[in-house]
Amino acid sequence: MIAEAGHYALVLALGLAVVQALVPMLGARWRDPAMMAVAGPAALAQFGFVALAFAALATSYVMSDFSVANVVENSHSAMPLIYRFTSVWGNHEGSMLLWIFILALFGALVAAFGRNLPATLKANVLAVQAWIATAFLLFILLASNPFLRLADAPFEGRDLNPILQDLGLAIHPPILYVGYVGCSISFSFAIAALLEGRIDAAWARWVRPWTLAAWIFLTLGISMGSYWAYYELGWGGWWFWDPVENASLMPWLSATALLHSAVVMEKRDALKVWTILLAILSFSLSLLGTFLVRSGVLTSVHTFASDPTRGVFILAILVFFVGGSLALFAWRAPVLKQGGLFAPISREGALVYNNLFLTSACATVFVGTLYPLALEALTGDKISVGAPFFNATFGPLLVPLLLAMPFGPLLAWKRGDLLAVAQRLSGAAAIAVAALVAAFAYQGAGPVLAPIGLGLGLFVILGALTDLAERTQVLRVRFKVALARALGLPRATWGTALAHLGVGVALLGIVGETQWSAERIASIKPGDVVSLRGYDLTFEGSVPRAGPNYRELVARFTVRRGAETIAVLEPAKRTFAARNMTTTEAALLTRGVGQIYLSLGDVNSDGSVAVRLYDKPLVLLIWIGTLVMAAGGALSLSDRRLRVGAPKPARDRAAMQPAE
Amino acid sequence: MTRRQRRLLLLGAGLGVLGLAAALVLSALKDSIVFFNSPSDIVEKRVTPGTRIRLGGLVAPGSLERGSELAVRFQVTDGNRAISVAYRGILPDLFREGQGVIAEGALDTAGVFKADNVLAKHDEKYMPREVADALKKQGYWKDDAQKRDAARPPRQVP
Repeated sequence: MIAEAGHYALVLALGLAVVQALVPMLGARWRDPAMMAVAGPAALAQFGFVALAFAALATSYVMSDFSVANVVENSHSAMPLIYRFTSVWGNHEGSMLLWIFILALFGALVAAFGRNLPATLKANVLAVQAWIATAFLLFILLASNPFLRLADAPFEGRDLNPILQDLGLAIHPPILYVGYVGCSISFSFAIAALLEGRIDAAWARWVRPWTLAAWIFLTLGISMGSYWAYYELGWGGWWFWDPVENASLMPWLSATALLHSAVVMEKRDALKVWTILLAILSFSLSLLGTFLVRSGVLTSVHTFASDPTRGVFILAILVFFVGGSLALFAWRAPVLKQGGLFAPISREGALVYNNLFLTSACATVFVGTLYPLALEALTGDKISVGAPFFNATFGPLLVPLLLAMPFGPLLAWKRGDLLAVAQRLSGAAAIAVAALVAAFAYQGAGPVLAPIGLGLGLFVILGALTDLAERTQVLRVRFKVALARALGLPRATWGTALAHLGVGVALLGIVGETQWSAERIASIKPGDVVSLRGYDLTFEGSVPRAGPNYRELVARFTVRRGAETIAVLEPAKRTFAARNMTTTEAALLTRGVGQIYLSLGDVNSDGSVAVRLYDKPLVLLIWIGTLVMAAGGALSLSDRRLRVGAPKPARDRAAMQPAE
Repeated sequence: MTRRQRRLLLLGAGLGVLGLAAALVLSALKDSIVFFNSPSDIVEKRVTPGTRIRLGGLVAPGSLERGSELAVRFQVTDGNRAISVAYRGILPDLFREGQGVIAEGALDTAGVFKADNVLAKHDEKYMPREVADALKKQGYWKDDAQKRDAARPPRQVP
């Protein structure tokens, strides 16, 4: 009954979405307020029904209703409650339901908090949202219905893929989806602007918070996914240039560019057409990501199932929205009024520079991800494009971007003085170069890239701090005055500095992990010692243990440094009976911002085990840096500037951060 | 600077960066891509020793030998030909005899594939797509069996 109710709710949501897609759009065209007013309530009701469907599926999972095929395929009654719940999106159908749930949530937020949007813009935005919702609801109902029943229900489910039985599944996909789907809002705004043929600085002010929110979640989602892969897969890697990872990186790059170009549009009324294009591209890349992951054209840990009809269906959605929006862009963009002018050396110029490099970097990722598919379709040759390709293309394009990053915020609008800015950054540059030289001297014949990366990372961090120091004049005036100035700075300024600082921090982590890691692989017996960089790990022996739905073999290691015992590490091998599958549980020892990483390989019958031991200095900075970036985004989002404009209950806005 | 000059500058900068990106992509595509081959491909195409490739197929049952210091040897087969693979290190969790595998590395002059990376599938449900395609080409992939399997309702656990 619950599953049928969920199914029915989805059908009702589809009906509402169709109404919401057509009536407000026609109303906006005919200037009919009654028709436009349909959008808001329809969006809220649509969200209600989708939420009902989601709740129905979640209930089926939590209650282990094995008459629902989807639950049987992906759940097991012995799984802990949290995994029974997260399994809802640990499979194709459920994750599409989560996707549409978040889409409907965003639509409802626009409906609820967009009261001071111009009526036609709001109607058009919600109508475009409903077009997307219609497409995906049709997809769920026709090609991947999660509510299908089985005629004879089994007593037990087939369990969730053990790799997914982790807290990471609770965090990573929902956050990433909020980011992906959040891009749909700026897309809808862009399409609405094209339909109306009108775009102004106020438009940018409405779009920016939504883009920022999506960007924050994309950043967090990618970062959490990376940490999850790092500790769960047992390979010690945090980024594999896997097509699915790239699929999330591309919208991120494009959304980052969009954030920056929207600033230009808001402040200077320039780069209008370009901003619209970026908004379209960001969501198109999100859709492409969905297509790559869900169609089964790729094999990866994220591909739950491959079914050709689904692939064709999603491809059709992709072609419709990307092709349609780009065609609309080509047709309507010339109608938009051209924006203002600016000198090449100026804040605007710096933001254009940022956009050029970000989009080019995004293009290289795009080529690297899709080239194998294109080549196979054309010639039948199968190739893999991996880290070497991206290191040789993406890497070099990021260097000029990072070098220029500290300059941007210090340049004045309209006409900047590069020399003066360089002078202000001389302190940061001097320290960075000194660190670079010191690192070269210290490491001797180590990897060349490491000191350069270190210097670059420090330059970015110190550049962000210089920006703050310049604005507060902290080095020139009394501390009290500087503090007052610091408190008076717009939060967006703090946000920018913090986000930029986060990039530098993450870069330091990346340099430390990729260049200064040490690895040791050994086969050892109880009593043996493995040593790496002064750490001695003694293998004490292994003991079997039973978990709720698995059995594990835990190996105990005592970690010593010199005579001092630091910790006990317990990496394990887990065997999940329901799927007869084994996973590796790595053991991590955090030392400062570095980690000792220990994972088990094969366990042999004579009691010996293969172990993989890494020392990864600075590795945690990768994720700390991305968290700092997201915090910067959140700080920026809380800026008064993005909220002023219309009187509204402050409490609601603080909680939701809507667009105005 | 006139409007026109500014436009040209912007356009020039844009094309410049895009050109740089294109040049990087083209040079990287020449050097850093790795072709996928089945054991039959290796024999038929006479892949030169030392070229970095990916070899995919099934781990031949009974072929896994463990040496000292984590050295392993196994055969990768597509039902038609088999290639010996030598690897030192830890095999992935889902590496099993009779299951799909992809090894990355190069052939040595003796015809043994020296792998520096071994990938198995992520999930017991499916085969790496390249491997499935290679097996289909050799006629060892039972499409019908696969379909039947997918359509069958889940096995009941008493």
